[in-house]
Amino acid sequence: MSAQKTLFDKIWESHVVSENDDGTSLLYIDMHLTHEVTSWPGFESMRNSGRPVRRPDAVLAVPDHVIPTTRRGARIEDDLARIQFETLLQNCADFNVPLIPLMDERQGIVHIIGPEQGATQPGITLVCGDSHTATHGAFGCLAFGIGSSEVEHVLSTQTLVQKRPKNMRIAIDGELPLGVTGKDMILAIIGTIGTAGGTGHVIEYVGSAIRALSMEGRMTVCNMTIEGGARAGLIAPDETTYAYVKGRAMAPSDAQWDAALTYWRSLPSDAGASYDKEISLDANTIAPQVTWGTSPEDVAPIDGRVPDPAAAKDEKQRNAIQQAIDYMGLKANQPITDIKIDRAFIGSCTNGRIEDIRAAAEIAKGRSLAAGVSAMVVPGSGLVKTQAEAEGLDKILVAAGFEWRDPGCSMCIAMNGDILQPGERCASTSNRNFKGRQGRDSRTHLVGPAMAAAAAIEGHFVDVRDLAR
Amino acid sequence: MKKFTTLSGPAAALTMINVDTDQIIPKQYLSAITRAGLGKGLFHDFRYDMDDKEKPDFVLNREPYRDAKILLAGDNFACGSSREHAPWSLDDFGIRCVIAPGFADIFFNNCVKNGLLLIVMEEAKVNELIALADNPQSCEMTVDLEAQTITLADGSSVAFEIESARKHRLLNGLDDIEITLQKGAEIGAFEARQKTAFPWLYRAV
Repeated sequence: MSAQKTLFDKIWESHVVSENDDGTSLLYIDMHLTHEVTSWPGFESMRNSGRPVRRPDAVLAVPDHVIPTTRRGARIEDDLARIQFETLLQNCADFNVPLIPLMDERQGIVHIIGPEQGATQPGITLVCGDSHTATHGAFGCLAFGIGSSEVEHVLSTQTLVQKRPKNMRIAIDGELPLGVTGKDMILAIIGTIGTAGGTGHVIEYVGSAIRALSMEGRMTVCNMTIEGGARAGLIAPDETTYAYVKGRAMAPSDAQWDAALTYWRSLPSDAGASYDKEISLDANTIAPQVTWGTSPEDVAPIDGRVPDPAAAKDEKQRNAIQQAIDYMGLKANQPITDIKIDRAFIGSCTNGRIEDIRAAAEIAKGRSLAAGVSAMVVPGSGLVKTQAEAEGLDKILVAAGFEWRDPGCSMCIAMNGDILQPGERCASTSNRNFKGRQGRDSRTHLVGPAMAAAAAIEGHFVDVRDLAR
Repeated sequence: MKKFTTLSGPAAALTMINVDTDQIIPKQYLSAITRAGLGKGLFHDFRYDMDDKEKPDFVLNREPYRDAKILLAGDNFACGSSREHAPWSLDDFGIRCVIAPGFADIFFNNCVKNGLLLIVMEEAKVNELIALADNPQSCEMTVDLEAQTITLADGSSVAFEIESARKHRLLNGLDDIEITLQKGAEIGAFEARQKTAFPWLYRAV
């Protein structure tokens, strides 16, 4: 092991409780975020075996996945969803776990509220029973998604048994062209490395284009790291990070803030630290991205075309492309700008933050939805919603014909009744264009928020740079 | 946790790459607070049409693969969502071993926790097994974890690799939580050190 360490090395090594003979490590977990869908098995098992939550102060729960985004406060009509929601409340009460209630302004998507509350901090280990936990790596913490058995392991022991992942470095230097966002950057990265490109690794994003991103943009990049196969994405903390964290409810304050800051400044990777894999991209060449297929790696620039299966490199790829374009109802070589949409969804843990709502509103201002298109904007949290309303963004969006909803995961996972009908085509700011993800036989195109708003207004995909003022 | 020792039965092939956990078990099965019956939802949209009738040409709807015990899959199997419903639904259906060129990381961990054996095998070898599995006459296979072999219908066998730690855990059905709870003192010592260095990570509830 070289003396120069990466950000990942530093966080990992400072959290090893013990090394096991088999090459795995017992890793201490500093913060555990949880929600209704993946926490009940752990609580149920712990209740049965009489085990307590080891550190309730290191857990934060919030309902988000099954929560309706209309009629907030009314009884949840779907029986299964309501029972699952109520089970979370009961479990948190029984195990003394802090919970943000549904009717609290702080409620929202678990990956939006962690940073908002200051639970997400540089240098920590953070887990959640949700693959998009990668989001939090934007703060320079090691954050990754886990399954329900691991949720129980963390609740019971505040640790996880983990094999040390490999370390990958993706450098994005240069400057993103005007109108190109973190979403386009991460889609372009996934298009380059593929959905299994990061398997077994954590990815550290470096370079001037990363440094230039706001925390919102960095979170979008790290969020979709899992779509590139890596459980965790990392961005070294800097002044942008500290400015975001400072003053948040769970963040250190006063003398502890100074101590924390001193520690955080020691975290960035040492010059000359080595990585198992290195990749670089030129930010200047990235255009707004649109997915055309059923995997996030099926992506093209807005001025590109749907690929031709005949041009695929082998039979497996040819079949994969053919199946994807058949499912999506597209034709080989069709220009991306010729794809007409029925719906637009702006929200999710990928793009449900204030900057995203602003980007959509900027495009929507003074315009209106194309005939036959419906669109919804779902803020990622109550705080995002309040902020957006204070800025008048809701009025701009509603005037343009967009629906303005209450916070939650909504149509990203479509568990809460916000769902596409078979055959419907959606410009979505979410993270997965898997078959059936937003509703059976539905067709999802992943884009950034301004691109989704622009498609909703024009009725088909357009280069947002042509609409920008 | 259930032990994994040997497993015999038909192997079914699902050759597409990047099958995600939404395909393995879709969202409508995630709202319940029970694991029971998830096997019915396994590969839901592949198995059932819009009226919830079986699609006759999908492999798990055909004999003898209705009783499949082993799944042969494409690369990057079970990518996407962390839902542990994926291994639960495979297990509930009766599939406790999946063989593929590669698996997504979170699914991989979730399978270990549920006593499912994942075998990582190079694509050419998986393709040879797929050719056998596609024929009902030769689809019967026996996986022996101790011996690290897959015995084929003609009596020949194929060896596979597995990390010794995972093999040990699966063979003995070891529960990680029980093992970790025995390290309570070490965890406590870590916490004491960390609380001194980083007191802001410890809060009043």
